Amino acid sequence: MSRIKNCFEQLKQQNKTALIPYVSAGDPNPDITVELMHAMVASGADIIELGVPFSDPMADGPVIQKASERALIYGTSLTDVMGMVSTFRESNSDTPVVLMGYLNPIEVMGYEKFAQQAQDAGVDGVLTVDIPPEEAGTYIPALRHCNLDPIFLLSPTTTKERMKIICQHASGFIYYVAVKGVTGTLALDTEEVSRRLDVIKEVTDLPVGVGFGIKNADSAAAIGQVSEAVVVGSALVNLVEKNALDNDKIIKEISRELQSMRRALDS
Amino acid sequence: MTIETATEKKLSDMPDENGHFGQYGGMFVAETLMEPLEELKRAYLMYMQDADFLAELDKDLSDYVGRPSPLYLAERMSRELGGAKIYLKREDLNHTGAHKVNNTIGQMLLAKRMGKTRIIAETGAGQHGVATATVAARLDLECVVYMGAEDIQRQALNVYRMKLLGAKVVSVESGSRTLKDALNEAMRDWVTNIDNTFYIIGTAAGPHPYPAMVRDFQSVIGREAKQQILKHEGRLPDALVACIGGGSNAIGLFYPFVDDQDVSMYGVEAAGHGLETGEHAAPLCAGKPGVLHGNRTYLMEDQHGQIIPTHSVSAGLDYPGVGPEHSWLKDIGRANYVSVTDTEALQGFHDLTKIEGIIPALESSHAIAYVKKLAPTMDKDQIIVVNLSGRGDKDIHTVATIDGIEF
Repeated sequence: MSRIKNCFEQLKQQNKTALIPYVSAGDPNPDITVELMHAMVASGADIIELGVPFSDPMADGPVIQKASERALIYGTSLTDVMGMVSTFRESNSDTPVVLMGYLNPIEVMGYEKFAQQAQDAGVDGVLTVDIPPEEAGTYIPALRHCNLDPIFLLSPTTTKERMKIICQHASGFIYYVAVKGVTGTLALDTEEVSRRLDVIKEVTDLPVGVGFGIKNADSAAAIGQVSEAVVVGSALVNLVEKNALDNDKIIKEISRELQSMRRALDS
Repeated sequence: MTIETATEKKLSDMPDENGHFGQYGGMFVAETLMEPLEELKRAYLMYMQDADFLAELDKDLSDYVGRPSPLYLAERMSRELGGAKIYLKREDLNHTGAHKVNNTIGQMLLAKRMGKTRIIAETGAGQHGVATATVAARLDLECVVYMGAEDIQRQALNVYRMKLLGAKVVSVESGSRTLKDALNEAMRDWVTNIDNTFYIIGTAAGPHPYPAMVRDFQSVIGREAKQQILKHEGRLPDALVACIGGGSNAIGLFYPFVDDQDVSMYGVEAAGHGLETGEHAAPLCAGKPGVLHGNRTYLMEDQHGQIIPTHSVSAGLDYPGVGPEHSWLKDIGRANYVSVTDTEALQGFHDLTKIEGIIPALESSHAIAYVKKLAPTMDKDQIIVVNLSGRGDKDIHTVATIDGIEF
């Protein structure tokens, strides 16, 4: 069984919502990433989403754009990111890790080579923002061959017909983008999200995580009422930016924020 | 079954229904944009067959833009180069001073029919931004133009023109602060405001249907040139030459000739300081295929797949990608892609100005610079049609600065 599937099954038994923090690998420097991953697990993260820096993050708002830029100052490459996962796996064999990024670095490496290296490093799922299933061709088979879950986005504009197609190709979980917009967008309407999740549940049995717009413990708890997972990105990356010169402080602040979200989700 | 049905597919039949030109093109975007792109595709396919739409487009192109643009025989330049006869397709004489308006008129009419009330665009040199702001003013639509902070410095005149026309110009400070970053930012705006906003992409790149749609609106250039050269010379030209950034003026000239295999096609990229320096904007000549801005195409990228900074003296060519149809035409060998340096382009700028009394845009000067190399290798009875895609007024300041002149 995949680590992601196993994770969701265990949480279901415990009647808990998955907390999925996102950080950009190599932000604000490559030294912090593995330590930060362990700290997030200790603070209640169930799955870690690790951003692969890209020069042109078209779907991201300013907060995650800047994270990519900081990581690229150190030349953090896709290979480097997989190296970080590999190091993380030396002392954590349970927490699923999902790589989130854009297609071009994977395209340049080659789908098969990427999938093999990701599997060897201990990656569990891959979310590539700019590859819809229509364009996925050999990308999905390459991931499946290496037991990696292809994770896809659904959005407020996705028709039910497309949802079916997308869910046929997806495994692990479905990522529902809760707002029309880029990452870090304000305003999230829990009732609207709940209505959309009902539709998604008609087409798939996969767990659904909700992201884009979860700012704090309150919004995490609200969304956690209606979904199996909440994804928190920009709110955490903001803390990296604010404390960019102090790795210890970044870890402390992010841990505190996640602990507060964990408590809110569990109460 | 008749024999005709067995004939081979024509090159002009591309792209396929999902926007693929061979392995290039496609729709590589985040999920939120898939449905808006489908909606746009449906509208574009429908209205390109709609007689009222096409009649309105024709009327605007003739009465507002001033089409057809002349095909001018550059006699003195032909004589001095001592080879082929050189014809200039005078897109510089269009309203707003470049070919860009052909496309903005078309997309704006589409936006109006789709009931969109807000227009956004990206711009590099500012020509597309000006062309968009112009048509938005005419239709009284809100207009926001994204422009790299670097380009805002280089093209201050066009920035002011856009503001005069009522557009809001947003300075893009992310990434390399040039055209590619303006495109990223416009995409982010679009994804946030898809309900009321139409994104007018200025070049034949981006996700499907943009490359095909922009090509179709720009093809008026090649259709006219074909009729005009047949009238002047009674035959098709031997070669077509056009500069390439994203490649909209080039594809507009090339496309109506793409099935005429005897017509050679030359796309001229910006070699900047020289291909060997790495400081250029020539993905077709020196890049590799990859995925950026919604399509698979040749890109300027490093070994890790990060997009690398480009350089050209011409802001309009300063782009790390290129329209996917050009990538395909390169791979199948139908078109030739070459490059000229900043220095050669500047010389082309001065030459055309002095020899023909026409001040070309720095973008178009790249095409002129290549014609200087190509024409002398051809016979006197051969014909070149070069797309003079824009006028040079916007570049006077840049050229003066390079020549050490201060106003």
